[in-house]
Amino acid sequence: MHELSVVQGLFERLAEELKPYGDCRVTLVRLRVGVLSGVVPELLQSAFEAYRKGTFAESAVLEIDVTKPVFRCRACGGESFREELDYSCAKCGSRDVELVSGDELILEKLEVETDQ
Amino acid sequence: MTRKELFVLKDLLGTNNQVAAEIRRSLRERRVLAVNFLSSPGSGKTTLLERLVDVFKSRFRLAVIEGDVETERDAERIRARGVTAWQITTGGACHLDARMVGKVLAEVPADIDFLFIENVGNLVCPASFDLGESLRCVLLSAPEGDDKPKKYPKAFLTAQCLILTKMDLAAALEFDAAKAAAEALSMNPKLQVFRTSAKTGAGVEELAAFFTESLERMRSSGA
Repeated sequence: MHELSVVQGLFERLAEELKPYGDCRVTLVRLRVGVLSGVVPELLQSAFEAYRKGTFAESAVLEIDVTKPVFRCRACGGESFREELDYSCAKCGSRDVELVSGDELILEKLEVETDQ
Repeated sequence: MTRKELFVLKDLLGTNNQVAAEIRRSLRERRVLAVNFLSSPGSGKTTLLERLVDVFKSRFRLAVIEGDVETERDAERIRARGVTAWQITTGGACHLDARMVGKVLAEVPADIDFLFIENVGNLVCPASFDLGESLRCVLLSAPEGDDKPKKYPKAFLTAQCLILTKMDLAAALEFDAAKAAAEALSMNPKLQVFRTSAKTGAGVEELAAFFTESLERMRSSGA
């Protein structure tokens, strides 16, 4: 359950991003969370709801875009999406694959209201 | 009032990763090999470390950082073997992060060869936090079962080294070491796999030799 630490990091990042805009309120936060990121979206959502109270993101909505693993095959060079955790190439079946994405934890987008 | 959309595209673990990169750079300058041990509670991290410390302490200068939710017990076990150890108690957090390690590092002597970091026992969360280590080792013990790599993928995907522990119990527990290794290697073909028993000492010398080679390789690469 390290989602609270992740949310703490998110709020540090938000404060950093919002510095140039002065006083403002965050209304939407969109994250991209890979299935292999080690973070559970539902727990992230509850941690966010607990953490946002009394902050500039008190009424913000958290949107989480969950991404599936993408593997690149070292044998045929193909890239494939995998629904399940099947560490093989969907094209040629080789197991010599590397993970290209699906383990990311990214702050994609914010929507803010400012008084300026 | 104005509404703005900001496209950020930044890694949420960015702050941790920056601190970790700083630690990695500083350890490389000091020519120290840092190893992060990660596994479930009770899989034998501290006992394996005790064996490693015994093998290494006459030949190398060592420091150990122990991570736990509470108590100094693990650090005391290492100190009892004559090696300096620092205990980080996270007070609830289920993993070590780079800042916690960074704070302790300020006190660790500069002239060591190996820094062993034992993470909080947890096969999930510590995998997401880079500590600036040179090598990440994931331990899997016979009692946990040979089907764990795919159930807890991130730990096995991000490690360079898989250490199967309590191998003296493998037969009794019907733990199939070859199956566990094959599953982990199917996810991460570059993993170096070791089979150990801290009880009989099996595999400990091989693991120590691998760490020694890794230290020499890092030092000869001039980094």
